[in-house]
Amino acid sequence: MPSSTVLIPPHHYLNDGYGIKSWLLTRDHKRIALLYLASVTFFFFVGGAMAVLIRLDLATPAGDLVTDETYNKLFTMHGVMMVFFFLIPAIPSVLGNFLVPIMIGAKDLAFPKLNLFSWYIFVTGGLFTLYALITGGVDTGWTFYTPFSTVSSTTNVIPTALGIFITGFSSILTGLNFIVTIHRMRAPGMTWFRMPLFLWSTYATSLINVLGTPVIAITVLLVAFERVFHFGFFDPRLGGDPVLFQHMFWFYSHPAVYIMVLPAMGVISELVAAGCRKPVFGYPFVAFASLAIAVLGFLVWGHHMFVAGESVYSAMIFSILSFLVAIPSAVKVFNWTATMYKGAVSWDTAMLYAYGFIGLFTIGGLTGLFLAAIGLDVHVTDTYFIIAHFHYIMVGGTIMGYLGGLHYWWPKISGRLYNEALAKLSAGIIFIGFNLTFFPQFVVGYLGMPRRYHAYPPDFQVLNVLSSAGASILGVGYLLPMFYLMWSLRYGRLAGSNPWGAVGLEWTTTSPPPTENFTQTPIVTWEAYDYRAPAEGHVA
Amino acid sequence: MASRVDNLYFFLLALAGFFSVLIAGLIIYYAIKYHRRSPDQIGAQIHGGMALEIGWTVIPLLITMVIFVWGASVYYAMARPPDETLNVYVVGKQWMWKFQHLDGQREINELHVPVGRAVKLITTSEDVIHDFFVPAFRIKADVVPGRYINIWFHATKPGRYRLFCAEYCGTRHSGMIGEVIAMEPSEYQAWLSGGVSEGSLASAGEKLFQDLACNTCHRPDAQGRGPVLDGLFGKTVQLQSGETVTVDEAYVRESILHPTAQVTAGFQPIMPTFQGLVTEEQLLELVEYVKSLAARAETPAARPTTGGPAPGEATPVKR
Repeated sequence: MPSSTVLIPPHHYLNDGYGIKSWLLTRDHKRIALLYLASVTFFFFVGGAMAVLIRLDLATPAGDLVTDETYNKLFTMHGVMMVFFFLIPAIPSVLGNFLVPIMIGAKDLAFPKLNLFSWYIFVTGGLFTLYALITGGVDTGWTFYTPFSTVSSTTNVIPTALGIFITGFSSILTGLNFIVTIHRMRAPGMTWFRMPLFLWSTYATSLINVLGTPVIAITVLLVAFERVFHFGFFDPRLGGDPVLFQHMFWFYSHPAVYIMVLPAMGVISELVAAGCRKPVFGYPFVAFASLAIAVLGFLVWGHHMFVAGESVYSAMIFSILSFLVAIPSAVKVFNWTATMYKGAVSWDTAMLYAYGFIGLFTIGGLTGLFLAAIGLDVHVTDTYFIIAHFHYIMVGGTIMGYLGGLHYWWPKISGRLYNEALAKLSAGIIFIGFNLTFFPQFVVGYLGMPRRYHAYPPDFQVLNVLSSAGASILGVGYLLPMFYLMWSLRYGRLAGSNPWGAVGLEWTTTSPPPTENFTQTPIVTWEAYDYRAPAEGHVA
Repeated sequence: MASRVDNLYFFLLALAGFFSVLIAGLIIYYAIKYHRRSPDQIGAQIHGGMALEIGWTVIPLLITMVIFVWGASVYYAMARPPDETLNVYVVGKQWMWKFQHLDGQREINELHVPVGRAVKLITTSEDVIHDFFVPAFRIKADVVPGRYINIWFHATKPGRYRLFCAEYCGTRHSGMIGEVIAMEPSEYQAWLSGGVSEGSLASAGEKLFQDLACNTCHRPDAQGRGPVLDGLFGKTVQLQSGETVTVDEAYVRESILHPTAQVTAGFQPIMPTFQGLVTEEQLLELVEYVKSLAARAETPAARPTTGGPAPGEATPVKR
């Protein structure tokens, strides 16, 4: 419990060296996490600014705010920035970097220098993409469908593709680092089934990162080769197959959806356990659901091509596999809900985000069933229905999970508490703004409005105006945490080592933790989420 | 078809509504009922329950399998056009829809069809991938360069229906729109005869066939250097490789653009490619001409055929 006598520890990772060099050359996973925090936040607001312009333009049916070409570049760069430079890296490289070693009782990741190198790769990739953006942008959509991207588009396809290619290595190396760390660096007594569920989902995510990312790297290289050297991979005039690109692209990019949402699921398991002060219901089921999602996630890429000339029978196989991948997600939702039963349920900000996540992810998941049902997918795919669906997963799921996690661990990261009332207010604003933005898109999609349309028939305007209004509310909701979290760094109350009364190794060390995380290596003798004894008593 | 899709949609909507309300209701109920009363309170130490885990794994599994079968059956019907269809050729290009009727009428961004009759569109693209989407008919299919993809629908009510390109295709993607105009059969006939037509599509193909000198090798008397085309369409032919192929639109197209890829047994791979020499629309005229020859040669000429058209499509062409 927070007591009035908490003091900031004399030595912690934040005051272990000052100056730019102490950050840019750090090998401390916690400092690297903060480097990532700054970078992904920057990319998030770049991507967000584009979303604002898109929604402003769509407030009227005629495409009158920007030109067609600019509009196409806006949604392309919105997608590229958000997917590759925010959603994929956010939770693993910020929260994962900070927490993986602490949660298993280790001093750092297995390869600290590699970890720093990963951040430099990430930033280099990001700068390439920013360069592409500033020098003219790219208009292929974040999906880079061929042959448009290889023979038709005259924009900066190659710099953007290179940016994605480079950034991919950051994902691979970080994934590798986490896998080795979780296998080799666990503290004495920290068995696999004593690990917090966040680590199971981080582990599953890392597997996808290591196995899937090389495929997207190859794919974007092939696009570059076809553009520059006219190799006939995808262009039918050169003997290529344009749909082959879609197979290769989605072989990575569908698992990438799970790269984005699995870590958020891990965060939610932590938030729900701490928010209810009880073990997550059905721990092994939730843990294995993560692995099941990682494995099945590799087998459903074909569901992006139900209308792309896929054979009837392969469509059926991808359809049934897509229904199967829904099951472990459903199992998780039921287990989180059941965890609340007879809990000591808190209404803290972090828990509000968890409620929001479960509700929005449920809607996102259920609308996924509409898309997996092939006869219905034909009508709704490539419309705003699918935009709404994946934003419920990506924004309603991943970003809610990320923000929830950021609030929950903020006192650990910074040593200070933010203004709880403001934080609750902004969580509420985000929830309302989100639903107002994206729910109307389900409706307008079913009515037939295609995605990536700069201008649209006037009878779709009311729903689009609702969506744009929601987006402005959502924007405010995202800006608020920027301010009160920064404010808390200086003026927030000191948090103490365990402000939430939570269990888990991260709450046994000081806030902020020392550079080596623990003064002595912890010895774990208890199960995960064991709330019977107070957390402090867990230090061996 | 639209009502079949909508029935599935409303079923799923009800299902999604039920589960959303269930989960949201439980969360709100538990959040209020078990709200933390004192700062030191902890929750009941419940770890799980096997019956519940099995229940909420198996029940969703059964429900999703029902949806799968339902969705697949709707899809299967969409993918199988009836035997008797009115065929229209569609070429997508940045950023317009071009339609060629068998009688020779050409339209851009407007497609006139009769109600009460199944219409099959044989689609291809001149440049990038487009997508033919008519929301009112609940149909959508990518229009892929280098391939012929079939879409069919059956308009039941006269009217003007929106047509969208639903696959992002570049700058004016959102301008690649049009209308399907469904008319009473009598009005449709009037429209057909009212249009200025330069003869049927097949006759245009025949003229092209002569202009390109295809007829010097593909002669009707089996004396040419190339296979006889009369009666060929829809048949299965033996290839040099020993494989067989059914002569459909895709095969005719490939034989014109990549003549050496699948050579009929007994012939030399001497035909030059016409890649770059004929447009997509001219290709369709040639295809239609070859098709029309199938009807012309019902006489029992010597044919390298081994069977009738396969049921369904034994080719990469879908729908």
